[in-house]
Amino acid sequence: MQKHVIDPKSVPGWGIDADPQNDPTYPMKPNRTDVEQQGYTWERPTQQPADVEVLHSIERPNLSAVFGTASPPVGLSGMIRRWAFRWSENEYNHWLPLILADRVNVVEGIIEDIAHGKFPNIWKEKGYNASWKHDRTGLVLRLAAFTAVAGGLVLWLSADGGKKKAKRQKHYRGAYYEE
Amino acid sequence: MLAMDYRGPKRVRAVQKPMPEIKHPEDAIVKVTRSCICGSDLHLYNGNVPDTRVGTTFGHEFIGEVVEVGSEVTKLKVGDMVLVPFNIACGRCSFCQQGLFGNCHESNPMATAVGGIFGYSHTAGGFHGGQAEYVRVPYANFGPTVIPEGMDPDDAVLLTDVVPTGYQAAEMAGIQPGDTVVVFGAGPVGIMAARCAWLFGAGRVIVLDHVDYRLEFVKHYAPAEVYNFKTDMQDPVLFLKKQTDWLGADCVIDAVGAEAAGDVLQTITGRKLLVQAGSATAVHWAINSVKKGGIVSIVGVYGPTDNLVPIGNVLNKGLTLRANQASVKRLLPRLIEHVQNGVIRPKELITHRIPLEEVADGYRLFSDKLDNCIKPVLVMDSAR
Ligand SMILES: NC(=O)c1ccc[n+]([C@@H]2O[C@H](COP(=O)([O-])OP(=O)(O)OC[C@H]3O[C@@H](n4cnc5c(N)ncnc54)[C@H](O)[C@@H]3O)[C@@H](O)[C@H]2O)c1
Ligand SMILES: [Zn+2]
Ligand SMILES: [Zn+2]
Repeated sequence: MQKHVIDPKSVPGWGIDADPQNDPTYPMKPNRTDVEQQGYTWERPTQQPADVEVLHSIERPNLSAVFGTASPPVGLSGMIRRWAFRWSENEYNHWLPLILADRVNVVEGIIEDIAHGKFPNIWKEKGYNASWKHDRTGLVLRLAAFTAVAGGLVLWLSADGGKKKAKRQKHYRGAYYEE
Repeated sequence: MLAMDYRGPKRVRAVQKPMPEIKHPEDAIVKVTRSCICGSDLHLYNGNVPDTRVGTTFGHEFIGEVVEVGSEVTKLKVGDMVLVPFNIACGRCSFCQQGLFGNCHESNPMATAVGGIFGYSHTAGGFHGGQAEYVRVPYANFGPTVIPEGMDPDDAVLLTDVVPTGYQAAEMAGIQPGDTVVVFGAGPVGIMAARCAWLFGAGRVIVLDHVDYRLEFVKHYAPAEVYNFKTDMQDPVLFLKKQTDWLGADCVIDAVGAEAAGDVLQTITGRKLLVQAGSATAVHWAINSVKKGGIVSIVGVYGPTDNLVPIGNVLNKGLTLRANQASVKRLLPRLIEHVQNGVIRPKELITHRIPLEEVADGYRLFSDKLDNCIKPVLVMDSAR
């Protein structure tokens, strides 16, 4: 329980303007008791055993009594998540790596699918069947824009950009690019 | 069992997954009969919530039948039909004891700022959600509520989130009789907030969105004065000032959240570059269009990092900001009464019934607001 370093009653004027009605939390906190002033002392529910790796916020001393066991951290994204959880929720070092890990995880998901012998049906997963039915023009425009950007990028890389790269990366070119 | 499976931003599918198991003596396993897709799921779907892991199942608005209970479950039995609040709450921690069931401290180890929520990323506890044939429901003595005799399942499923959230949005707005209430967003939550504003005695209810069919719906359903912020005005804040004798609204509700449209800078930084925790357009407009000394009620969801909001105006105008995840369990008794008496008619919001197999199309329809979609519900094979 938290310690009171100063005895409030010893402070001149303590509590003379206290007003129990000054409470913007009503009625969201209908049974206000201020019990949390006693700290983390409530009788806890039975602790769920951790049968998978569970990362927990360092802003608490323990795992909560129950927790989800979906998708434990794995692979490169898991390594990034473990690092992120070394920082408190107050730190960008916590949240930004988690967003990065989410993106890495997407690539891992595709690799996992292929390793299991199936190529993800991106059209279906993106719900394009619904777009095709109800928003065909929008879908066609979106795909056309994507193709134009992707095509432009390929052209740029293979023409002008390619030349620049060739100069800089002479030795690696043969190994990594097919002409 | 068949379950929704997240693969990456805007990529989901339905696949076979292992059956959920009892992991804690107070767990129950529920066979899901109906499960909705929510505006909150769109934040996950768009990849905007940190620690959303590939392979997880979303879904926090569901009802179903209890098929298995843990050794310490005494208040539910196999065969009960239950509606399950979206927040996971122990009922015993200091926060639950005081009615803050959306802020439980014993349901999410991953973040202290967020209570546990079904199928809502690891930032909300890493639970698989209810967009599946079966789901693990912790604290079964406390959370799930047996569906009252005679209640339509479509009404019941909306009592898990949409109705309590809309109601709490209006409650937190501190509406006094005669107050002018502005609601940003005419999605399911905004529609319900506009309806509930009247229950607290509002004198005038105004809803802004940019999707005409939704405005048309809320205009009759709430009822409300409705405006399209893209076509009816240039600057929504100035427009609302003119509408309210130049003083602003007494209460403003943000029922939009991180996916907000309407401001290029907010959209690029919040939704494309992710340098802020979602686009804060609605909360920005709310702060600037409320009266001095007024109240801004925020139920729109934002991520855990920072947002660009005019906090100086909150100070200079002397505003009160009230916000939370809805405390579903606290509100259920009153709201069940309202539904049974016909004061609130939730099921009218449901526009689409989609088989779980076609979950990807459901997300796309709802996200892109196709085919006049307001609220899609996934219907499981066994319940069809
Ligand atoms: N606090 C809670 O307990 C809780 C519970 C459920 C949902 N939510 C949140 O509530 C929000 C709304 O949920 P929903 O299911 O209605 O989602 P939705 O996506 O269907 O609705 C949002 C609506 O806002 C509109 N909109 C976009 N930008 C706007 C702007 N700048 N001004 C006005 N309207 C704008 C959209 O067109 C859309 O109709 C989401 O952020 C969701 O996460 C919170
Ligand atoms: Zn929801
Ligand atoms: Zn609790």
